[in-house]
Amino acid sequence: MSAWRWLPRILLLVLFAGFIFGPVANLLLWSVAESWYWPNRLPSQYGFRYWERVFRPEGQAMESLGLSIWIAALATLACMAVAIPAAWALARARLPMRGLILLLFLLPQAFPNMPVYINIARVFFSLGLNGTVLGVVLVHAAHGLVYAVWIAAAAFAAVEDDAVLAARNMGAGALTAFRTVTLPLAAPGIAASAIFVFLESLDEFTASFFVGAPDVRTLPLLLYSAAAGGNMQVAAITALILLVPSIVFMAVVQRFLRADVLAGVGK
Amino acid sequence: MPFLLVAPSLLLVGAFFLFPLLLSVQGAFMGADGPTLAHFRTAFGLYRNDMLVTLLITGCATALIGAGSIAIGGYLTLGGSRRARAVLAWLYRWPLFIPFIVAGQSMRGFLGQNGLMNSALVGAGMPEMWAQSFLDWRGIVITFVWKQLPFATLLIAGAMAAMDRAQIEAAQNLGAGRLRVLLGVVLPQVSRNITVALILSFVTMMGVLSVPLMISGQSPSMLTIPMAWRINSLGDYATANALGVLACLMTGMVAWVWLRQAAAEKAK
Repeated sequence: MSAWRWLPRILLLVLFAGFIFGPVANLLLWSVAESWYWPNRLPSQYGFRYWERVFRPEGQAMESLGLSIWIAALATLACMAVAIPAAWALARARLPMRGLILLLFLLPQAFPNMPVYINIARVFFSLGLNGTVLGVVLVHAAHGLVYAVWIAAAAFAAVEDDAVLAARNMGAGALTAFRTVTLPLAAPGIAASAIFVFLESLDEFTASFFVGAPDVRTLPLLLYSAAAGGNMQVAAITALILLVPSIVFMAVVQRFLRADVLAGVGK
Repeated sequence: MPFLLVAPSLLLVGAFFLFPLLLSVQGAFMGADGPTLAHFRTAFGLYRNDMLVTLLITGCATALIGAGSIAIGGYLTLGGSRRARAVLAWLYRWPLFIPFIVAGQSMRGFLGQNGLMNSALVGAGMPEMWAQSFLDWRGIVITFVWKQLPFATLLIAGAMAAMDRAQIEAAQNLGAGRLRVLLGVVLPQVSRNITVALILSFVTMMGVLSVPLMISGQSPSMLTIPMAWRINSLGDYATANALGVLACLMTGMVAWVWLRQAAAEKAK
């Protein structure tokens, strides 16, 4: 009797799991398929030939991966350097027009990004920034800024006033209090926002497509050209390389972002 | 003084977002000699169907995401079995941070004629001849739902979890069934979060280039495809910008509905 009551639930959950994991399973299958032609339902030959090809040190994929990580690191650095002061001011200082400024940071989320990127690419072209690492870093930093400011502001806002006040009462200057009390307490949230910016840059496609290609070939661009060239195996392996950091971040983000910080995003 | 701290980031948003957006509007309306609507005529003439398809795809995907996230959030809040709730909560988040282009590539294999989806269906007893490729507008919708559902569910289920349990229990004590409680008690209180989650998803999907590129670029497709085509192959910024303005107007319409609803709620 109880087994029958469980059946619909289990069936629905299995279906849902198939929907969530099916595409990723297919990706894994493609990465080890040495030949897979219609009408075969499964690959007819398995092997790691394409993995070797992708991970060859002088291969294009390794070069793209290195470049992508380099760009993401620079973009995160640039982004956090301007986002942290802004987030602190938005969360803890008496800022005139605070609501309006927060809204300005939300604006890029309110419009589709394509028209913005094509015009940035056009301006960059006239400035000689198209096809340069600097150009791609700048767009990625601006793109990540929106998230960084909102998340970091929420992290600063979640720091208790009493802790800061206590430090100030004991004679710490504003800067010392920030460095020794506010910043360490907000650090997990800020770390989460920095990782998020890093990931967004690593995964970014549209802006890199217009600003970077064909000279700056990040991993997503390589994935696209492999897929467009019909090389499903290399595309699948590249996609898996991009997949790993996203899943790791998903798994650890809850540890970094406490519920009270999340609840404060956008307040 | 605090304003100085915000200034650099405002400058970045201005330079890399507002300025290019204004350029896009200017480019859409400027002809060789003065303001013109010619670019919009071209855009309408060539890409009317693409605009409809864009609305159809994003609209379908948004509706499915809404239904799915409400169902998952509802079960997580009201579901009877603790174990099923835990499994569901663990399951739904996986695609949250997976990039669109990776989602596109995964789905290209999964939804194809000999992809795992058809293999599973055939294995479950579907006749072989029914196996068809979903790599068209339906594939784009499925990919969008797969990728955006966790985000919408996170926001909606979070709002549901933060609700006052007493009301739910009161309704249940009065004999209301779970569906009744979901529709009558829970949904009205999280309606604002639902709109926010769905509008953010809608806007995001409108601007995605990689998924239609990977799944199906055949015409008519989503507006991002002709926009990229106009620029990369023809160097025609005017029509691309007109298409961009039209895409912004479409999302503007949606945002307007949202603001109107928010205003109506405030008036209550």
